[in-house]
Amino acid sequence: MNRPLVVSTLLVLLATAAGCGSDADESSDSTLTVLGAASLQSAFEEVLGPRFEDSHPGVTIKFSFAGSSDLSAQIDQGAEADVFASADAANMDKIDDQVDNRVDFASNTLQIAVPPDNPASVSAFADLTSPDVNVVVCAPEVPCGAAAVKIEEATGEQIDPVSEEASVTDVLNKVVTGEADAGLVYVTDVQAAGSDVRGVPFDESDEAVNVYPIATLADSANAGLAKDFVDLVTSDEGQQALRDAGFARP
Amino acid sequence: MAGHSYSGVPRWVYAPAAVGALFIVLPLVAMGTRVRWTEFFSLVSSDASVAALLLSLRTSAASTVLCVVLGVPMALVLARTTFPGQDLLRSLALLPLVLPPVVGGIALLYTFGRRGLLGDTMEVLGIQIAFSTMAVVLAQTFVALPFLVLSLEGSLRTAGQRYEEVAATLGATPTTVVRRVTVPLVLPGLVAGTVLSFARALGEFGATLTFAGSLQGVTRTLPLEIYLKRESDADAAVALSLVLVVVAVVVVALTRGTRRTA
Repeated sequence: MNRPLVVSTLLVLLATAAGCGSDADESSDSTLTVLGAASLQSAFEEVLGPRFEDSHPGVTIKFSFAGSSDLSAQIDQGAEADVFASADAANMDKIDDQVDNRVDFASNTLQIAVPPDNPASVSAFADLTSPDVNVVVCAPEVPCGAAAVKIEEATGEQIDPVSEEASVTDVLNKVVTGEADAGLVYVTDVQAAGSDVRGVPFDESDEAVNVYPIATLADSANAGLAKDFVDLVTSDEGQQALRDAGFARP
Repeated sequence: MAGHSYSGVPRWVYAPAAVGALFIVLPLVAMGTRVRWTEFFSLVSSDASVAALLLSLRTSAASTVLCVVLGVPMALVLARTTFPGQDLLRSLALLPLVLPPVVGGIALLYTFGRRGLLGDTMEVLGIQIAFSTMAVVLAQTFVALPFLVLSLEGSLRTAGQRYEEVAATLGATPTTVVRRVTVPLVLPGLVAGTVLSFARALGEFGATLTFAGSLQGVTRTLPLEIYLKRESDADAAVALSLVLVVVAVVVVALTRGTRRTA
């Protein structure tokens, strides 16, 4: 590489970087940013987002979906957003002093996901304790793993998993690809996966119910719009969309 | 390093160069400022951390051995022979370098997984790769192998074949030539490539997560432990990250050292 080329490359890189910076700073009053737990993606993005935009002409709604703990950490580090919907109370509690209008809006329980042909014939929670069944769960550090531990403690049945994944998506993926015979995921994940997996409900799932809180952020520049979105989520219309995605009442 | 005939660079080059250097150094410094030094040792010496570090070192060492065993012959064939489709093969061999690791993980899954291409064969042989430490080693070898092949092939081409030809005319068998002439000649390149593969294996995350799973002491390597700890214990995640940074610095220093003696 000759030197002028290197220099011009550097300059282009710098210019691009500068461009990115100004782009990110740009914030329009008519954009509402909603940070949501990954499990809310289909209900929020496909149903509630479009409805909100329809009833608020000129407003663009921007979603960012990730693990609740990531989102909570981002808010704590000063991410600009208007609404936060968490998959558990703990991650909302972490930033409790930075939110307003907190309300529980949905709940989710665990279900056993198995490949469509159910190779290990899993039909109950107790089947997961068999050493012949390759079971994948979430690690206790993440909400879905904490829920699994709670059920284990309540039932006294001990699962010996072949893997403890960091996210529910990773658990589901191991079941979809047939690597695992069974995985513990949320009812909504089984529903979203469609025909790739089969859900096996179990009675003991009542022992660990994850309640989802939503709140507006105190630093929001669009406090009014943010409250409107929270109201939509808790309205009959919003609740129906969540029911359709597999969520239960809080 | 490119040899300059004169030492001057235009003054204005320093500004963007400094920005670039800052861009790399600043995040590391920022992370350093977040380390709770008083708790550092208790954070990095928890059972989970130690298990992850040991597993990382063990699997990285194993995959580095695999890289050398498979990569040295690959580099020899690519650098010293010509055959149809060689360019295509060379491009394919370097593919894991540019592939997102998660794609590598998916590819491995459909090869060695229970329902993968070789799944039935493995089952007949009684080998279960899924969720085993072997899966971690395979994932690491997959992403690290091109580093060794690339740097060794470069060294082989730079070294040329003059000495090898002389040795051959003096009656040395091809194996003796490789052992007594070629390998000593490209040793610095081989060492640098080996160290780089080790470093790449140590940092492997995406393919392992997709292909091997995550279980303490079995498949949860240090990067996976950091990823998980980030969820619940940010202090521990930062402390463990620093451990990996230190290891990386040592590795880079080692490669630079071997390059200088070259």
